[in-house]
Amino acid sequence: MPKIGVLALQGAFIEHVHRLREIGAEAVEIRLPEDLDGVEALIIPGGESTTIGRLIDWYELREPITEMASDGKPVWGTCAGMILLATDVDQSTRAQHQPLLELMDITVKRNAFGTQLDSFEADLEMPAISGEPMPTVFIRAPIVSRTGPDVEVLGTLSDGKIIAVRQNNLVATAFHPELTGDRRLHSWFVNLVVSSAKEPAPAE
Amino acid sequence: MEKSTFKTKAGLAQMLKGGVIMDVVNAEQAKIAEEAGACAVMALERVPSDIRRDGGVARMSDPELIVQIKDAVTIPVMAKARIGHFVEAQILEALGVDYVDESEVLTPADNFFHIAKEDFNIPFVCGARDLGEALRRIGEGAAMIRSKGEAGTGNIVEAVLHLRQINGGIKEIQAMPKEELMSAARDLGAPYNLVREIHETGKLPVVVFCAGGIATPADAALVMQLGAEGVFVGSGIFKSEDPAVRAKAIVEATTNYQNPAKLAEISRGLGEPMRGLEIGQIEEKELLAARGW
Repeated sequence: MPKIGVLALQGAFIEHVHRLREIGAEAVEIRLPEDLDGVEALIIPGGESTTIGRLIDWYELREPITEMASDGKPVWGTCAGMILLATDVDQSTRAQHQPLLELMDITVKRNAFGTQLDSFEADLEMPAISGEPMPTVFIRAPIVSRTGPDVEVLGTLSDGKIIAVRQNNLVATAFHPELTGDRRLHSWFVNLVVSSAKEPAPAE
Repeated sequence: MEKSTFKTKAGLAQMLKGGVIMDVVNAEQAKIAEEAGACAVMALERVPSDIRRDGGVARMSDPELIVQIKDAVTIPVMAKARIGHFVEAQILEALGVDYVDESEVLTPADNFFHIAKEDFNIPFVCGARDLGEALRRIGEGAAMIRSKGEAGTGNIVEAVLHLRQINGGIKEIQAMPKEELMSAARDLGAPYNLVREIHETGKLPVVVFCAGGIATPADAALVMQLGAEGVFVGSGIFKSEDPAVRAKAIVEATTNYQNPAKLAEISRGLGEPMRGLEIGQIEEKELLAARGW
């Protein structure tokens, strides 16, 4: 089974570690660049995107993560992780200083549903992942407000808001699969990691 | 689609884990906190050390200030309401803050009862000194717990005690044979269903942060190593010599709490910490942690 790093700077990282271990993958917590040695994929968890973004820069993780992504290694961001992967954040919801990894050709709108009072649970259809609806939790969640030409939409809400996307080896979800007992997305990601390891890196 | 479920309430606290929630009294401090990497800010009228010094009744912040703080930052904004003051909580819910702290740091509004938190759409965090108190608050609907410590002292000793009491209590319940759980629930003054749940899972059903006395990066790392999932810092930041530098150092220490070499680096040259208070020098009636039950 592949060795998957979970960025453990701040946020709900331990939940991802638990879900990965439950399905037999090896999970390691990433705090400093040297922790990335031998890691085949990375999950950027939910948390506070401005906090995690600052810590990424303070600990010089930006370069090694960017390198992983361009080497074709899978990187998956959930909620704050989705924001960090985006090339841009909708101006109205952007923090004064909003560090971004700018790896996926998407624009993200932060806190797109309103305040905490608008956080919600819903069962969502995501045919690309599973034939059956999946339980999801959205907490002060973002949405994808623009997708580039290479971005595939994996899931939308009933009103069409985009909440799950993929661009080759990069995946982003606005919700938190790590908070439900459902492991389908984690299994799907592990399969992506296994199949990416077999293929050569995409030509730039 | 279902809003304001226990999962969404407790889930926001999960997103704050490994982070630092900083007390702020105005928008300017909130910006400094966000810039230093705070995962949320806590709006209150005065920081605990000023409440301790000046006395008088400490209440919910002026809603005008809370709105200004909300407008100044994009990170979650929490605000304190007095123990039992359910109307302050209603007002905070109407303002659309992200979390209400029913806090012993403010002057209690009710000496007998806490707020019926389950009835609210907004999530609550509450203080606790031991497992029984934590479970009573969760029973009332709290979606996050913080060990109380002794706010405004810059002295970590009570925070350590309360954290140890909460976590020690959990270990005891976990190790008990099942037939002892009901009498344990009676002795703790805690709901039986929650005692049973802890016996099975070995942990509280909500996130536990540490509060009350954190003044240095080492203090933050200490409570993290003792099992806190994140920290609240009140007077420790804005009553120190260089708040921005200290705030960033405490954020870093909360992430790298298990890395002494990194902690040594982080802790260097931060200027003077807040002046601390010896707990034994505080009159018993002045102890904030004793408020609430």
